[in-house]
Amino acid sequence: MTPFLELTDLDIAYPTRKVIWEASLTMHCAGIGCLLGPSGCGKTTLLRAIAGFEPVQCGSIRLEGVELSRPGWTLPTEQRRIGLMFQDLALFPHLTVTDNIAFGLRGWKAQERRGRVSDLLRLVGLADFAKRYPHQLSGGQQQRVALARALAPRPRLLLLDEPFSSLDVTLREDLAREVRCILLREGTGGLLVSHDQFEAFTFADEIGVLHEGRLRQWDSAYNLYHQPADRFVADFIGQGVLLAGQVTPEGRVLTELGVMNGPPPAGCTAGDDVEILVRPDDVTHDDSSPLQVEIAERAFRGAEFLYTLKLPSGARLLCLAPSHHNHHLGQRVGIRLDIDHWVMFRRNRAVTCVEDLPAP
Amino acid sequence: MGKQRVWAWVSGIDRWTMLVVGLAVLLAVPVLTVFLTALQPPGEVWRHLANTVLADYVLNSVTLMIGVGVGTLLIGVPTAWLTATCEFPGRRWFEWALLLPMAIPAYIIAYTYTGLLDFAGPAQTLLREAFGWTRQDYAFPEIRSLPGAILMLTLVLYPYVYLLARAAFLEQSAAVLEVSRSLGVGPWRRFLTITLPLARPSLIAGVSLVQMEALADYGVVQYFGVGALTTGIFRVWFGMNDATAAAQLAALLLLFVLTLLVFERLSRRQARFHHTGQRTQRPPRLPLRGRWRWLATGACLTPLLLGFLIPAGQLTVWAWRTAPQVVDHRFVELAMNSLLLASGSALLILLLALVLGYGQRLRPRPLVRMAVRGAGLGYAAPGTVIAIGVMLPFAAIDRNVDNWAREWLGMPTGLLLSGTLFALIFAYCARFLPVALHSVEAGLTRIRPSMDDAARALGAQPHGVLWRVHIPILRGSLLTALLLVFVDVIKELPATLILRPFNFNTLAVRTFELASDERLADSASFALAIVLAGIGPVILLSRAISRARPGHDPLS
Repeated sequence: MTPFLELTDLDIAYPTRKVIWEASLTMHCAGIGCLLGPSGCGKTTLLRAIAGFEPVQCGSIRLEGVELSRPGWTLPTEQRRIGLMFQDLALFPHLTVTDNIAFGLRGWKAQERRGRVSDLLRLVGLADFAKRYPHQLSGGQQQRVALARALAPRPRLLLLDEPFSSLDVTLREDLAREVRCILLREGTGGLLVSHDQFEAFTFADEIGVLHEGRLRQWDSAYNLYHQPADRFVADFIGQGVLLAGQVTPEGRVLTELGVMNGPPPAGCTAGDDVEILVRPDDVTHDDSSPLQVEIAERAFRGAEFLYTLKLPSGARLLCLAPSHHNHHLGQRVGIRLDIDHWVMFRRNRAVTCVEDLPAP
Repeated sequence: MGKQRVWAWVSGIDRWTMLVVGLAVLLAVPVLTVFLTALQPPGEVWRHLANTVLADYVLNSVTLMIGVGVGTLLIGVPTAWLTATCEFPGRRWFEWALLLPMAIPAYIIAYTYTGLLDFAGPAQTLLREAFGWTRQDYAFPEIRSLPGAILMLTLVLYPYVYLLARAAFLEQSAAVLEVSRSLGVGPWRRFLTITLPLARPSLIAGVSLVQMEALADYGVVQYFGVGALTTGIFRVWFGMNDATAAAQLAALLLLFVLTLLVFERLSRRQARFHHTGQRTQRPPRLPLRGRWRWLATGACLTPLLLGFLIPAGQLTVWAWRTAPQVVDHRFVELAMNSLLLASGSALLILLLALVLGYGQRLRPRPLVRMAVRGAGLGYAAPGTVIAIGVMLPFAAIDRNVDNWAREWLGMPTGLLLSGTLFALIFAYCARFLPVALHSVEAGLTRIRPSMDDAARALGAQPHGVLWRVHIPILRGSLLTALLLVFVDVIKELPATLILRPFNFNTLAVRTFELASDERLADSASFALAIVLAGIGPVILLSRAISRARPGHDPLS
């Protein structure tokens, strides 16, 4: 079966600098994906290349088997059947809601056009606002108009460039979920750009983590969290600490919390320094445990406490504890390690300050 | 500058860049000419000037500038504060009516008041009849004097200060004033310690604009016989036939104006950072009570009466009387001249502004941006300065072409450029392009780049984006630009006087000629036509005001 969207070894460069290196990803069906990364990682550039605004230097972009971009050739945006939703929405201020939505329906029969517009107005819940102008709408309503306008010509793929970031947190999550439902109902694929992992988790089936112009991992949210491909992904997604350890002659890993059960990274031999990813949910609070550590910081989260624990060596560990376990700073508590997903990296000798990983 | 930076400047120079830079350089020719000519060693005439009248010129110009600055502050700030923060009879009406004096060019109000206040005029006649005085019994202040010029210019220029001050007062958030009240500060101290200082950058910007106009004025000081820099330029050039000395005077004038321009720009930038707090709700208007209400009404009515109602009324009375003799086929011809000249120039200037505006949008490089800024300097240059800056190079070109043609073709070509409509329209372009550019830029910033992308993604071709998105959004700005330039050209006097072709007359020039011949009543029909045209932009501005939300500068 032809994959839905396929990027192969994509390089993108501006006249003065290269922005994307060898990006490859495959969406097999018209589901919903997300490009996630800190600002300046190149995610918007990648999106603009898929939209056809930026040429590619190397590699290719295919949508449902049709080539859209290759070095020296870029199918014009208007012929790609790709919809776009922008961070600033870019609604046309001189057109009413109806005319904004109908903008992309040139060449449709008048009756079909009217039908499509009213369907979309109903779909996004704005049937009563058809004659309004964008400036007469609230932020959330403008968002819905932008969505309806982008969906009107029935694009194969909708690209969303941080379209929710201007909304407040509660509205953002609701709208992301709603947009997801609408896309699935319309059978349109979606690709979101975001710097917010929770938005990505709510919205997308597959997520690509970008860092410094490279696509580090393209995977499900679950796998990004539990099987990060590299140290950056491990650090960027979720919270956690990298605990220093050493491979023993028996092929196990020894840390200051004892010998670990998990296998060392492939290719490591006895004596190699490694790091183990320890998520807050891997550390269980257990008063009867012989392992006693000091509480350095605590943050009340309602249902639970997030404790920052200080190990004898000075290294830190995060621990989620039910909120009835109320301990004060400096108190020593017992903990147990319960790690289901072993993630270990060979320790780069150049980087020794593992303890300095930003404590979330 | 390192080699690499030079390369970055030069590399990638394409047609757009060349077009924009070329246009900007062309439009800067008048100002550059004046400065370059002024660099020549001072000649006999200049030394003579320096020994005799130069000090007077400078003193008078500076007095005029300061006087008009103070005068417009005294009228503009109280009226702005009253209409922005208080409630009194007629407030909503005064909000826009206070702009009306802008419609009257300074030289026309000067002619009108001269006619009103001279010995045979209605004011003195009324006094004599009321008290039975004769000529020797009373002293009447002479309007044709420096204080008179200050008064005339103040009456028509205060709306600039009023507009900017009003915007500044409206912008001040309720929170700041409430905080000061909670700290126990009374209304007067609140005005002096909070309201005024917060508005200061806007006030400075407004006063600088007004002072630039006052320095540039030719019509009033000429008519009132006040020796100022602008009239000096005329006298040196046409009286003493010394173009170099005239250019040197012009350069001196330009230096004054550029200093004010720097002030204006700096304080505008400051004004942007002076906003305190978010745009919270506006404080409720202070309802004035008792006699304060009527004092407020009177304070707003006075400048309106003196600056618009009385002069416009007098003009109407005169025009009513003299129109049957004056309005004939020659009047129609003049009006058509003005109309065609102004609309043609406005269209051309709009086209140039569009080229510069789009050039800047498509090629946002430092070189292009600098060129566009440079092209914007012309508005600061007084009409007399621009006229000299156009006349000198055009005359030089004509001379050279003529010499060359005599030598090689055996026939003289005479005047090809100077003394033609081309020279006049070129001067208008150099001077009024910034007006149109300002509107075009303001319109273009409303079209965010993402809108282009959105239209493309919805299947529009590039020309479709232009027709379906850009033109409809820009339409209002383009019409505004056309109207503003049109009226500016209709009103323009000194450059038109100097550069117009032989036997070519406009409404403004004819008004000036008739007034100079003391035929004030006869000039009224021409003046009234100009005032009527000038009301167009005032209506635009007042509509912008009524729509304006805090934080929006109706001038931009």
